[in-house]
Amino acid sequence: MTGFFMTIDWARIGASLSLVVAAGALGYWQHAGLTGDLVIATVRSFFQLIAIGYALELIFAQDSLLWTLTIIVVMLAVAAYTSAQRGKGIPHAMFITNASIGTGAALTIGLLVGLRVFEFSPRYTIPIAGMVIGNSMTTCSLVMARLRDDVLAHRNQIETALALGATGKQAVTPIVRRAVRAAMVPIIDTTKTVGLIKLPGAMTGMILAGASPMAAVQLQIIVMYMLVGATAFTGLAAAYFTARVFFSQAHQLVLPPSVQQGADAA
Amino acid sequence: MPIIDVRHLSLDRGGKPVLRDVSLHANAGQIVGLLGPSGGGKSTLLRCINRLLEPPPSTVFVAGQDVTAMDVIQLRRRVGMVFQQPVAFPGTVADNLRYGPSLQGRELSDAEIADLLRLADLDPSLADQPASDLSGGQAQRVSLARTLANHPQVLLLDEPTSALDPASRRHIGEMVQQACAEQDVTALWVTHDVGQARALADYLYLLVDGHILDQGIPDHVLRQHADNQHLLQRFAAGEVEGVKG
Repeated sequence: MTGFFMTIDWARIGASLSLVVAAGALGYWQHAGLTGDLVIATVRSFFQLIAIGYALELIFAQDSLLWTLTIIVVMLAVAAYTSAQRGKGIPHAMFITNASIGTGAALTIGLLVGLRVFEFSPRYTIPIAGMVIGNSMTTCSLVMARLRDDVLAHRNQIETALALGATGKQAVTPIVRRAVRAAMVPIIDTTKTVGLIKLPGAMTGMILAGASPMAAVQLQIIVMYMLVGATAFTGLAAAYFTARVFFSQAHQLVLPPSVQQGADAA
Repeated sequence: MPIIDVRHLSLDRGGKPVLRDVSLHANAGQIVGLLGPSGGGKSTLLRCINRLLEPPPSTVFVAGQDVTAMDVIQLRRRVGMVFQQPVAFPGTVADNLRYGPSLQGRELSDAEIADLLRLADLDPSLADQPASDLSGGQAQRVSLARTLANHPQVLLLDEPTSALDPASRRHIGEMVQQACAEQDVTALWVTHDVGQARALADYLYLLVDGHILDQGIPDHVLRQHADNQHLLQRFAAGEVEGVKG
């Protein structure tokens, strides 16, 4: 490749920082109260990305299965923790996020590797896992928060269905469907309009790094399909696990006070 | 043998006692009233009977069977419940009426739908209307008809008419009386409307602060407490006259 970004060019990074300085100055001028957050975000992103860059250089050089899995597990743990914060008040939220994002990531990466779309090596697996887990995290958060809020809002409907002899699963199915649909709409709309409204990140990155547009497009198509799969798997898993915690074994709707408190705090 | 038999039921919720040593029974075809001020534990008691809340074992029996030992889905098909706020499921009125039987793999015919609507004193042409278009009174009648579509042995009525106009109240009352008389359904009707309790109930329990304060023939129970100022103050102003009358 003969692109611009094959080596670190500190001058370019420094020059691009001028945009952040301009944003900070505008915020300060408008008393937006964001200057502190902006400084923290800028410094954090710089060090996080430089650190992960060096870590990836090291791991790619090792070509070790153990290191690859370790990185994926760390990504999963951070994503699960972050997503659980969005599902505040839901019992066993950490279990749900770990299980859902883990299921989505395992199925998606497993299929891609199994079908030989990518080989299982650090260079491919780690960035792919990053994209899959990142998108799965967003989906999981959306499904959990939506289900929590909708179960609270429709508790009469759920109990009416239970009283007519529905199981917990049958009673909550319409609400689960709405939550999964709502979580999947963004990725479906993005997939529909990809290339028409904006050039997506992976493709843009490849083109900037010097790849041919057709090579970039090929990767982008795979990435889009991969994210559709990851979103669907994670969304369904999150809906399944979340809906279960709202019902007892005797198909009783169980809403401890923490659920309402979590919804109020969101 | 009583169809509903509650024996010394006590229940705490959130660390607070809600029901204290409650015993109650209802025989086949009876309408039993459960009267009391808000927050007295009436709804909690109903929910223990169809296990929307879990009662302690051997405290609630339906047709002689301990409900905690029964399959909960079968129990709820035998013990129907109508709530204060009617809920219309998405779809048409007919879809709503078909809901319960469809869970058992039974598809109601158009003729059965029409019969249920006539029972609810509604025009059978409403069957294809979106259920969300119904008025409050119509929605509650459809709600009761939807419960009756399961052919329950017991009807639990949790203040089903408290938000309705007088005509709709009367319709609901007549529907329940008809179901009890013709299908031998046993009804437990929660209300804080004294006049309604007097008009509909064959037998009355007065549930106050989680325990049964009194029971008997409605007129007798209501006369006994006609001068209980403390109790009267806890009923809504419009119902005070009902007790004294």
